[in-house]
Amino acid sequence: MDIKTIKTPENLVYQRPRLLNDCTMHYCPGCSHGVAHRIIAEIIDEMGQADNTIAIAPVGCAVFAYKYIDVDWIEAAHGRAPAVATAAKRLNPERLVFTYQGDGDLAAIGTAETIHAANRGENIAIIFINNGIYGMTGGQMAPTTLEGMKTSTTPYGRRVDLNGYPLNITPLLAQLPGTCYVTRQSVETPAAVAKAKRAIRRAFDNSINHRGCSVVEIVSTCSSGWKMSPDKANKWMEQNMFEAYRPGDLKIADGDK
Amino acid sequence: MSHSSADEAAKGAPQQEVVLMKGNEAIAHAAIRYGADGYFGYPITPQSEVLETLEALHPWDTTGMVVLQAESELASINMVYGGAATGKTVMTSSSSPGISLMCEGLSYIAACELPCLVVNVMRGGPGLGTIHPSQADYFQATKGGGHGDYHFIVLAPSTVQEMADFVGLSFDLAFKYRTPAMILADGIVGQMMEKVVLPPFRPRRTPEQIAELCPWAATGNPSRRKPNTITSLELDSAEMEKNNNRFQATYRRIEEAEQRSVSYLTDDAEYLIVAFGSVARICQKAIDDARGRGAKIGLLRPVTLWPFPEKAVAEVASRVKGILVVELNAGQMIEDVKLASRCTVPVHHFGRLGGIIPNPGEIDNELERLFPEAFPSKS
Repeated sequence: MDIKTIKTPENLVYQRPRLLNDCTMHYCPGCSHGVAHRIIAEIIDEMGQADNTIAIAPVGCAVFAYKYIDVDWIEAAHGRAPAVATAAKRLNPERLVFTYQGDGDLAAIGTAETIHAANRGENIAIIFINNGIYGMTGGQMAPTTLEGMKTSTTPYGRRVDLNGYPLNITPLLAQLPGTCYVTRQSVETPAAVAKAKRAIRRAFDNSINHRGCSVVEIVSTCSSGWKMSPDKANKWMEQNMFEAYRPGDLKIADGDK
Repeated sequence: MSHSSADEAAKGAPQQEVVLMKGNEAIAHAAIRYGADGYFGYPITPQSEVLETLEALHPWDTTGMVVLQAESELASINMVYGGAATGKTVMTSSSSPGISLMCEGLSYIAACELPCLVVNVMRGGPGLGTIHPSQADYFQATKGGGHGDYHFIVLAPSTVQEMADFVGLSFDLAFKYRTPAMILADGIVGQMMEKVVLPPFRPRRTPEQIAELCPWAATGNPSRRKPNTITSLELDSAEMEKNNNRFQATYRRIEEAEQRSVSYLTDDAEYLIVAFGSVARICQKAIDDARGRGAKIGLLRPVTLWPFPEKAVAEVASRVKGILVVELNAGQMIEDVKLASRCTVPVHHFGRLGGIIPNPGEIDNELERLFPEAFPSKS
């Protein structure tokens, strides 16, 4: 039996999702963004929302998300995605509207927009990629950078007396009455990917059905910024990031889901 | 014409509804009547009546217009960005310090070639300054304000009626050229109450009309087209230069077609005042007084500040002996008057700062001081 007889359509169990564009991604090998993009593309297609979605891209590594997932996109200014999404959803209430933001975008420059959109109970889903570092600009300290973690702006490690504490923003968002579903996930193992996919699907369903603001944090790796191999970055994330940012549901108040 | 048909004609004719209100309130009424889809704003004196009036009129129950008090001007302008990106007719309003915060968003909106309306009811600056009227944001409005090479259309109302009328005009121009438009008012026009005829109601655009008018919009429903992306990012400099050239080509078209100004007694004028907004009305009174004393002074009031009515200014400048530019600032529009007149005649400036409004007598005194030969010798 040769490869041609095996590679037939009926034997195909894994392929590029229909809504994931056939192009070269700019993400580094091992980066969590690729997996997150893939499952979002799968979910939008599986939910039949390709013609009913407005996605908001951030500033950061995911600034080019609009090149990869084949739906209508609005690329927001740094940190402003929840404000952009607020108007997109209120003016187009039947649409699935979600933002895709990193930790710098969501928890530093966009903290006000994030908290207020969540507190107003905007019917949007916020996908929050937390890798504890500014990837796009070359590995500077993020609000979620762990204590002691080395970055290009904390070359001797983050010191609380100099740089303040890591901002654990997702539990804060869970406390707001406007959020209906707040969960923390990761995508470093097949089981984690499956769980994260269910979480994002639930968040998207909440947006479509006007149940309030959903937040899905995905604790992620940045092998380039962390200066680790992808495999080592995954292990380091599980050993260190999970201690500060423990995966699991933080709030389930989205009704009869 | 028989009686009955005359009655029918009277009944069919739209009744002119004259109301007394503040300029800020007129903006709110006009926005609803134009069929605006959304307003996003943050309170700041002296324009908070725009948001207050909209909330009181609760148009979401009638036309379906969305009204939202945002957490900041940053959020407001980015909500406008988000709404405009989906092809909706959206606006915000603020006053000078708030507009400074919006300049980031305005740069993005201009770069994404999105239509929207921003109202600036100017107050005195810099900094927190004063809540009293000013025209000190002329540079900010007409030269861009945010980063990058961009312009947007700037209309300067001088009456409450124009506050109402310019809402529709701004949206029409914004959609025609895919650019932001700004109503650059000041605390006088915003707070002053005058008679105003409100524009007629027109329905909001349907999704089908938006798809037709805005094929570029990220409406979220690409079923009959390729997905749209609204972005200002282009890392390929060659492409980014092309984008810039496209913006500039639009600006040249606007400069060619949309210069607007109003002349008052310029036909026989030997001297000219150039003033915009509420100050132009004070100048009009000053000119009436000066004419009563035999001085042939005219007024040219730019209605569009960008594009600046350089053709009209150049034409009148070519046949007068001197120009006085009167502004509530330290000398901003005067630069454009000098450029338009190519300094062929002396161009002077008179300005009051910090929220002080000049009276007609002060302007007359300045005219007499600068152009004594215009005033026939006192009897």
